[in-house]
Amino acid sequence: MNGRKRTGGGARGRGAAGQGKGDGQQRRPMFRRRKICKFCSEKIDDINYKDTKLLMPFVPERAKILPRRISGTCALHQRKLRIAIMRARQIALIPYTSE
Amino acid sequence: MNRKYELVYIVSPDATEEQVAELHGQVEAVVQRMGGQLEKTENWGRRKLAYVIGRHKEGLYVLDVINGSGELMKEIDRRLKVYDTVIRQLIVRVDEAEHVAEGKRTKRTESSRRRRVARGLPPDRQPGEGQRAEFEDDRDDRFDMAEDLR
Repeated sequence: MNGRKRTGGGARGRGAAGQGKGDGQQRRPMFRRRKICKFCSEKIDDINYKDTKLLMPFVPERAKILPRRISGTCALHQRKLRIAIMRARQIALIPYTSE
Repeated sequence: MNRKYELVYIVSPDATEEQVAELHGQVEAVVQRMGGQLEKTENWGRRKLAYVIGRHKEGLYVLDVINGSGELMKEIDRRLKVYDTVIRQLIVRVDEAEHVAEGKRTKRTESSRRRRVARGLPPDRQPGEGQRAEFEDDRDDRFDMAEDLR
């Protein structure tokens, strides 16, 4: 009982959007920040395959390309990023896979 | 039809200086003979490979920027394949991508200038001007680095 009350109180801080009737039945885990495309916000026009420093954050441990739904990259830049990563892989700047 | 290409090739780390020089000479000779021009050569030196290529864990990277025709690049590709010392090569056409990036950059600076003028400000950002400074393009040194690499 007590715990329930507390969760109800915690919701206040989440802003007006979540305060509808759905509040009781479905607890939204937390407010998720809207993802933004790194290349749009930082105005990187040219995603170059030689720039490993730029590409590495988009190929986590298993060396798979990070999907758009996670990285938040826009469609246009994800396409360019994919091409750049594939080129970088060809000349062994980025691994195809780890292990 | 002259186009701009980038050629990256990886030479085996066991190769001697002369062998590397010979390869470079070969590339240059082909470029000369087929009416192209070698715009730039960059030696990245010894780098660790991201994965093993036929027992090699390291490689000597060389980047050439070449102006020339498609046939020329085909010939270079064919010739490099013959050498055992070259363990990997990649040819990429870059002129179009550069053109697009250039266009985007000028468009952006122009529109930002226009907006600034519309707000009654001078077209270029003044030193020490407000919070917007960090989003301004000329403050952005990441880009300059990428140009250096090219």
